[in-house]
Amino acid sequence: MTGQADGDGVSRRDLLGRTAVAAAGAASATVVPGAALAAGRPAAGAAAAAGAAGSEATIEVAMTVNRRPERIRVDPRVTLLDALRDRLALTGTKKGCDQGQCGACTVHVDGERVLSCLTLVGTVQHRSVTTVEGLADGDTLHPVQQAFVDCDGLQCGFCTPGQVMSAVALLREGHTRSDGEIREYMSGNLCRCGAYNNIVQAIRSVRPGPRSR
Amino acid sequence: MRPFRFDVARSVEDAVHRPAPGLAYLAGGTTLVDLMKLEVANPAAVLDINRLPLRGIRSDGPGLRIGALERMSAVAGHPAVTSGYPLLAEALRHSASPQVRNMASIGGNLLQRTRCGYFRDVRTGCNKRVPGSGCPAIEGENRTHAVLGTSDTCVATHPSDLAVALVALDATVLVHGAGGRRALPIADLYLLPGSTPDQETALRPGELITEVTVPALPAGTRSTYLKIRDRQSYEFALCSAAVALRMRGRVVREVRVAAGGVGTRPWRLPAVEDALTGRAPRPDVVAAAAAHAVDGARPLSQNRFKVLLLQRTITRAVLSLVDGRG
Ligand SMILES: Cc1cc2nc3c(=O)[nH]c(=O)nc-3n(C[C@H](O)[C@H](O)[C@H](O)COP(=O)(O)OP(=O)(O)OC[C@H]3O[C@@H](n4cnc5c(N)ncnc54)[C@H](O)[C@@H]3O)c2cc1C
Ligand code: FES
Ligand code: FES
Repeated sequence: MTGQADGDGVSRRDLLGRTAVAAAGAASATVVPGAALAAGRPAAGAAAAAGAAGSEATIEVAMTVNRRPERIRVDPRVTLLDALRDRLALTGTKKGCDQGQCGACTVHVDGERVLSCLTLVGTVQHRSVTTVEGLADGDTLHPVQQAFVDCDGLQCGFCTPGQVMSAVALLREGHTRSDGEIREYMSGNLCRCGAYNNIVQAIRSVRPGPRSR
Repeated sequence: MRPFRFDVARSVEDAVHRPAPGLAYLAGGTTLVDLMKLEVANPAAVLDINRLPLRGIRSDGPGLRIGALERMSAVAGHPAVTSGYPLLAEALRHSASPQVRNMASIGGNLLQRTRCGYFRDVRTGCNKRVPGSGCPAIEGENRTHAVLGTSDTCVATHPSDLAVALVALDATVLVHGAGGRRALPIADLYLLPGSTPDQETALRPGELITEVTVPALPAGTRSTYLKIRDRQSYEFALCSAAVALRMRGRVVREVRVAAGGVGTRPWRLPAVEDALTGRAPRPDVVAAAAAHAVDGARPLSQNRFKVLLLQRTITRAVLSLVDGRG
């Protein structure tokens, strides 16, 4: 099925499996509602509380992240990517280019894949965000995560959270009828290691319908 | 990124009555946030317009109406668009990436800024960014730049694929400002750079695009959007052609041709259309007509190839429709 020799594959699969589970575990252990708010800079909070209308005013953003309500007070310049990584300690989402050109920062907002590096967190007010940490069900990886493990859909792994989030959305969107279509609809996720063939294979292995091209 | 005040617009009236200087409307943010990070755009206030009721994709007898805040992906996949206006669907599907298309709005798409590397780099001069600071592209890196509509102060390409298709389809842009509403033919939205490349559109300060309307094409019209780029996907056009064509027997009854990636604005090509209309579109006739596309072209040191590429792109697009392959 994966065509991957066991001798080489085992350690890497094992590593990815554990890394992903560990990331999910870490997230649920450390992120408690309100913790991020408490960590906010007091000075900024005071300025906003005083109703400052100047450019320094902070904004308060309430959103759901991986089914958990969060409320953070931030400078309006903060992107969703930086809020996730630096305020909510969800570092599974990666910063590649920070310019909308690589897809490493892909998350779902209200179920649709978007680039968190070009999303000002203020625009996510009252919306629902899913990151790679929100995919697994306890210790059970999401089928797409498992498929990336089984098919070796990665080398260094830096692009992988974005690839996985994009692939989960792609399966829902239904553009998986051929390898060509999978490649086109995964083209917003670059992989510097060139793991593309195995990524396509991983998606093919979990799409509805035929397992081969 | 420089500090700014963030606010959410409650209504169209609320948005257009805010003081315009220093205010930027935020839709999908895929152009604006990018340029703010680069400090090319430095608004004092950012107004999130995403809650405004500028939504809806409706097709009726005379045409298609698209709310300015509809996302590129929603428009590309809407049945009224894929069935009645496939040229738009195709241009959108060939734009950016699925993630960007989920974020980016139709209004924002039309107002996206050039991808010229000098425009995006505040360490260099750029007449579009800082009037009077010079245009390093004219003597510098200009492979992706324009060959049509350029001036001695600016050679930047307009990057939108959608705008090229809309120009071919004679779309209209509805705008709302503090002084009321007006309708602009899309061809009039975009200005040539001339000596004021910083002025890119005919929009007045604070005017909001609310809707785009597209007249229906006559029955029997076939269309295609052919986009040539350095890589197969997730890339801007080096050259593109939007063509809509209707035959009567063996001759061309009506044809519209517009080009992207080669002009300082989306570029309609009436001379090519005239040379095809009433003629039997044999390959030699089409190639001769396509040659008119580069009338007056001014290639630069690195983009001479676009002169031939544009003719071939148009020829291939037209012939694909004639052969029925389109
Ligand atoms: C990596 C990448 C690749 C891309 N590739 C392509 C491509 O191949 N083809 C292509 O066509 N495009 C491409 N794009 C550009 C993309 O399509 C535009 O960035 C997008 O359409 C802009 O829409 P937005 O809603 O995000 O605009 P925003 O960034 O929110 O706004 C853009 C500008 O328009 C103004 N604005 C927005 N809405 C309105 C309105 N209703 N009324 C008045 N002003 C308004 C804003 O103030 C701002 O100045 C690409 C972008 C990226 C990041
Ligand atoms: S980090 Fe967002 S697209 Fe590269
Ligand atoms: S696995 Fe290294 S960048 Fe994709």
